[in-house]
Amino acid sequence: MATHAAGGLKPKHQRLVLLGIALVVLIAAALLAIWALRNQASYFYVPSEIVANPPAPDRGVRLGGMVEKGSLRTESDGVTIAFVVQDGEARVPVRFSGIVPSLFVEGSGVVAEGTLGTDGTFVATNLLAKHDENYVPREMEAMTKAQAKSVVAETQ
Amino acid sequence: MTAEFGLAALWLAAALAAFQLIAGSLALTERGAPLAGAVRPVAVVQGLLTLIAFVALILVFANTDLSVKLVAMNSHSMKPLIFKIAGAWGNHEGSMLLWVTVMSLAGGFVALVERRLPERTMLATLAGQAFVSLGFYAFLLISSNPFERLPVVPVEGNGLNPLLQDLGLAFHPPTLYLGYVGLSIAFSFAIGALITREVGPAFARAMRPWVLGAWIFLTLGITAGSYWAYYELGWGGWWFWDPVENASLMPWLAATALLHSASVLASRNALRAWTVMLGVVAFSMSMIGTFLVRSGILTSVHAFAVDPERGSFILGLLAIYIGGALVLFGLRAGTVTEGQRFAPVSRESALVVNNVALSAILGIVLFGTLYPLVTEAFDTKVSVGPPYFNPMGAIFFIPMLLVLAVGPLLRWRRDSLGRVRKILLIPAAVLAVAVVALLIFSDVKVLPFLGLALAPALAIASLVPLRGRNLRRTPLATWGMVVAHFGIAVALFGMASESAFSVERLVAMRAGDSTEIGPWKVRLEAVEPVAGPNWTALEARMVARYESGSGTTILPQARSFWSPPQQTTESALLTRWNGQLYAVLGGETPAASGPGRWQVRLWWKPFVSMIWYGGVLIALGGVLAVIGRTWSDVKRIVARDKIAYRRERQGR
Repeated sequence: MATHAAGGLKPKHQRLVLLGIALVVLIAAALLAIWALRNQASYFYVPSEIVANPPAPDRGVRLGGMVEKGSLRTESDGVTIAFVVQDGEARVPVRFSGIVPSLFVEGSGVVAEGTLGTDGTFVATNLLAKHDENYVPREMEAMTKAQAKSVVAETQ
Repeated sequence: MTAEFGLAALWLAAALAAFQLIAGSLALTERGAPLAGAVRPVAVVQGLLTLIAFVALILVFANTDLSVKLVAMNSHSMKPLIFKIAGAWGNHEGSMLLWVTVMSLAGGFVALVERRLPERTMLATLAGQAFVSLGFYAFLLISSNPFERLPVVPVEGNGLNPLLQDLGLAFHPPTLYLGYVGLSIAFSFAIGALITREVGPAFARAMRPWVLGAWIFLTLGITAGSYWAYYELGWGGWWFWDPVENASLMPWLAATALLHSASVLASRNALRAWTVMLGVVAFSMSMIGTFLVRSGILTSVHAFAVDPERGSFILGLLAIYIGGALVLFGLRAGTVTEGQRFAPVSRESALVVNNVALSAILGIVLFGTLYPLVTEAFDTKVSVGPPYFNPMGAIFFIPMLLVLAVGPLLRWRRDSLGRVRKILLIPAAVLAVAVVALLIFSDVKVLPFLGLALAPALAIASLVPLRGRNLRRTPLATWGMVVAHFGIAVALFGMASESAFSVERLVAMRAGDSTEIGPWKVRLEAVEPVAGPNWTALEARMVARYESGSGTTILPQARSFWSPPQQTTESALLTRWNGQLYAVLGGETPAASGPGRWQVRLWWKPFVSMIWYGGVLIALGGVLAVIGRTWSDVKRIVARDKIAYRRERQGR
């Protein structure tokens, strides 16, 4: 009865079959994950990189840099802003509709999430500004380190 | 004085943990057997000592004793008392003390009440618990001492991050930690069972209520955290796939799988090695989560001040505990004999599908969370968000839901789909109607479509196991399963509805202007300054009218805290049975002439509250199950003791 119940499988074989199924599914999950990550991960750019090597227009990316002084203006609808993000080498115009983070000001760092349009304007869906003294978007930390001199000279 | 007292209690507790480890291990040998009697009391006292230390920390915070460094760094005398108390765990050191307190209290509680396992296994389990605790005591005392004094007492403290000054802080972290760290019990049980080779139904039955307990708190903690992020951040989202959210989701997925596989082991003595493995994995995920949060290698709103030394310390602990447990598992897995067999169509098989799917989702989340670290090693910076997690998770989540509808109806060991086909006709019909209705009446994306189509069918299917039963005599544990599965359907409906039907409106308004959003008409009456105990704010007075109903006033604020100086948005929520209106006040747009306009962001989110009601239902299911199981175990133990007592008397 017991052997019949398990379709004639010996316990050891059933164990191996289960292990096999679990492994196949988990490996499939891992492969899927790797494939999807290559396609869906959102890359981080600084302005000089995004100008030199623009991503596809439908691809979500992140752009980090300094908000150029004097470039920020609000459009007539009162909720859309336009500004320029630069890293001392290149300038990228950015448009954003929404409530800006309180620490978002000209001359400070920003990370914009969104897509680069075909006309070269970056359309942001979200802005991350420096939150407080303890919280800095990680990309900005590295960026200010890598390009400290030019950017600091530009913005001070 | 209180601080020194707390520190002394903590050192004593650490010493007792060391003793518990040594005594527990020696007691397993023949010569050390006399030590066995000491292990349980030591575990209880250790738990009480950490509780004393934790209470000491709360007192220090409540009194704002600024000579303690942690208080000076994270508190402020002007804060409301509730946030002073909650602030005790709103920082790295305090939350690690909470971690250790929960861990040793859980161990002490197990030592006090658990009588279902052979004593040798219990000794090995308690030794294992002490071994894990020791590492965290070392971490706390060496690199994160919460009671450290300052040589010079500052005049005022630095204050608490305003985002944390919310009732959510009083509730969310302790609940989450009870769950997170409660899983250490499953870990220690697994280690104990591996050491004494006692992996069997008794082990699963003993472990299950403890895992359930931790899982209930974890579920509530995640639900509360999600709602907190939803209203506090003012971004209108309820889940961001932030690394820290993932860090709490991963142990939940593992613990959910563990609960289901433990039920197979308890009822049918199958999936033995797998269940032990999940016990190890669940708490390992808690530790990996802690590492991700505390090491500062990932950016997140949850990250406390970053300290590389602490990161490497936790990494070392991770290597010792996870590595050690996996080595032990590798050595002993071969000796865990095969369990009972079962047919491809059976309750066991359905639960195997559940386990494999949950593990696959766990793998997907883990990969996505760690991927930015991997690419950063190659100097490419990426972030991974919903476009990855949502579809990839759904690939495994949706088949699992289909099996969830069928699995509870199947018999153990062997069944046929033909037998349950008739019962499943109703949910299948509901599914078909939902699909047709969605195709005709709405135009939603794939994932919300699947969710909306599946949720009603799943809700009905989850109730089917009650069919034909005497509801009063149905075991509480069965009610628990039904309620939890129903909760999944409710939460799924909320998520899908939020994603499919939310409408958003972003406008700049002058006082007196009106705007429409979904069925709502919202009028901005005025924007006025208001003040709180440690903040000032601009408050918008808006009147919201649902269709032609009467108006309700909502008051979103933009707050400015002065210590530390930071601004937060306090969203205003208006809840109806069929959804929530969500309002955020932004900045003022200067106008060329006349008064400026205020940026206002509004959302209408139909049935969004179902997400959290679903979460609460899932946890409630766990509560019912734990009461049912414990009650029947207690009855059995009482009956056994009575029989033993009578035998003893008659024998005389």
